[in-house]
Amino acid sequence: MKALALHLALIGALLAVQVVLPPYHYTNVARVMVLAVYAMGYNIAFGYTGLLSLGHALFFAAGMYATGLAVHSAPALLALPLGMLAGAAMALAVGLLALRTAGVAFMIVTLMFAQAGYLTILYYGPVTGGDEGFVLAREARMLAGLDLSADGPRYLTALAIFGVALLANLALVRSGFGRVMVAMRENEERSRMLGYDPFRTKLIALTLSGLYSGTAGAAYALMFGYVGASFAAIQYSILPLLWVLLGGAGTVLGPFFGALLMFYLIDLSSSVTDASNLVVGVALLVLVLFAPKGILGTIRERGARWLP
Amino acid sequence: MLRLDGIDAGYGNVQVLRGLSLEASPGEVLCVMGRNGAGKTTMLRAIMGQVKLTAGNITLDGARVDGLPPHRAPRQGIGYVPQGRRLFGPMTVAENLEIGLMTRGKGAATRERVLELFPRLRERLGQVSATLSGGEQQMLAIARALCLEPQVLLLDEPTEGLQPSMIALIRQTVTALKATGVATVLVEQRVEAVLSMADRVAFVENGAVAELVAAAGLAADAPQFRRYVGV
Repeated sequence: MKALALHLALIGALLAVQVVLPPYHYTNVARVMVLAVYAMGYNIAFGYTGLLSLGHALFFAAGMYATGLAVHSAPALLALPLGMLAGAAMALAVGLLALRTAGVAFMIVTLMFAQAGYLTILYYGPVTGGDEGFVLAREARMLAGLDLSADGPRYLTALAIFGVALLANLALVRSGFGRVMVAMRENEERSRMLGYDPFRTKLIALTLSGLYSGTAGAAYALMFGYVGASFAAIQYSILPLLWVLLGGAGTVLGPFFGALLMFYLIDLSSSVTDASNLVVGVALLVLVLFAPKGILGTIRERGARWLP
Repeated sequence: MLRLDGIDAGYGNVQVLRGLSLEASPGEVLCVMGRNGAGKTTMLRAIMGQVKLTAGNITLDGARVDGLPPHRAPRQGIGYVPQGRRLFGPMTVAENLEIGLMTRGKGAATRERVLELFPRLRERLGQVSATLSGGEQQMLAIARALCLEPQVLLLDEPTEGLQPSMIALIRQTVTALKATGVATVLVEQRVEAVLSMADRVAFVENGAVAELVAAAGLAADAPQFRRYVGV
């Protein structure tokens, strides 16, 4: 009950804060909420199931391109779920092959799939826009009457998607299947000896992770009006890992706070120096040294054990 | 009834089990003893499907269980507590039990029966399992396996490294299981523990059962212990 109240309070706070946010941060927080959905998806695979993937950009991009391409000939209300499903389907397909490996091999295989996806986007330039990508027209970004190119509807839509994703994530990790995911992360062999099929469990977890990633990619395309190959590059596979590590792997709220802090760390540091990556690197080093379990992970370890 | 009929198994080119045959009946505690490398743990791993058989078969109540994927054995009703306990450390006692209960769709009634056997775990349901003492961790590992309501329970050296009071508690539990009709296959090296729990003792040597005797006919200084276990 305490956990549910805390998560609802965050959603409520994000709803309330829009009244006081200046326009610049209004857009930024909307962007962070969408990226946090991506981070939540990554957390399902990595934080809860122990699958260290370097290929999640493929799932994000699958959602983004499926929605971005579909919206040319279909309403956004159809294109959005299509993008969500594209992310899940891509994760399922990759998982069927990649989950035959484990550990470092899994990282490499997922990285290779993502690179293949990235190169495919570049190769099919006439369809995908290649390196430059493509911009979505304002009229294509109308979602059930809401103009997603406008600040207000965009923020509220991002909040709605984030809220549903957050509460679904909370329900997932508190469910029986959520416990099995954690059991698999902690000791795969022991889980198997208790009757759980590791391949099946990990495949379902990865597919759910792909669903979240695809949702974020699809929402990003509609809300910010741009679809580009850079979202399929390796950087976008590493970013959710950093967000999750910063916020706390295996915590439901961690991905949001990780994405929020990292976003503003880059944003603020790049406004004062060209070496913003150095600032981010130092921040991550400090985190690894003093709070290796991330922000929420450390809070949970130091007393708030009820934090899911 | 669990029945192992002339099983051969090993690792790569190394054959460990050579025509091993055994039966464990409902309500019976069958202890398996032997020197290191005799094949005791390999036998348990073969029952669980972790080691493939190259000959023979394993049946549970007449149905073949060898050749199934390893995760299917628990769903058929075989509980396994390996050496070293292997709990899910960050999970609480209650969550560890829940993982066991979910395997075969068991619920509160099963949990209650298990907690009656381990009242100490009831007091610690919300405690993170990694913070339990060694004896409590062993209790939890056994309790979690019992949450499957297994027909057969395999225990691999459950008293290893435990203090006497904990060993006594585990002995009581294994003895209490007889009344529930669970067949217990216990790999154990402590003679006094074997004599206090077992109905029959199988002495394993070179991957096969060399002698199978009633525990009641054995004394602590029986020649079998010297010959097959070296004590």
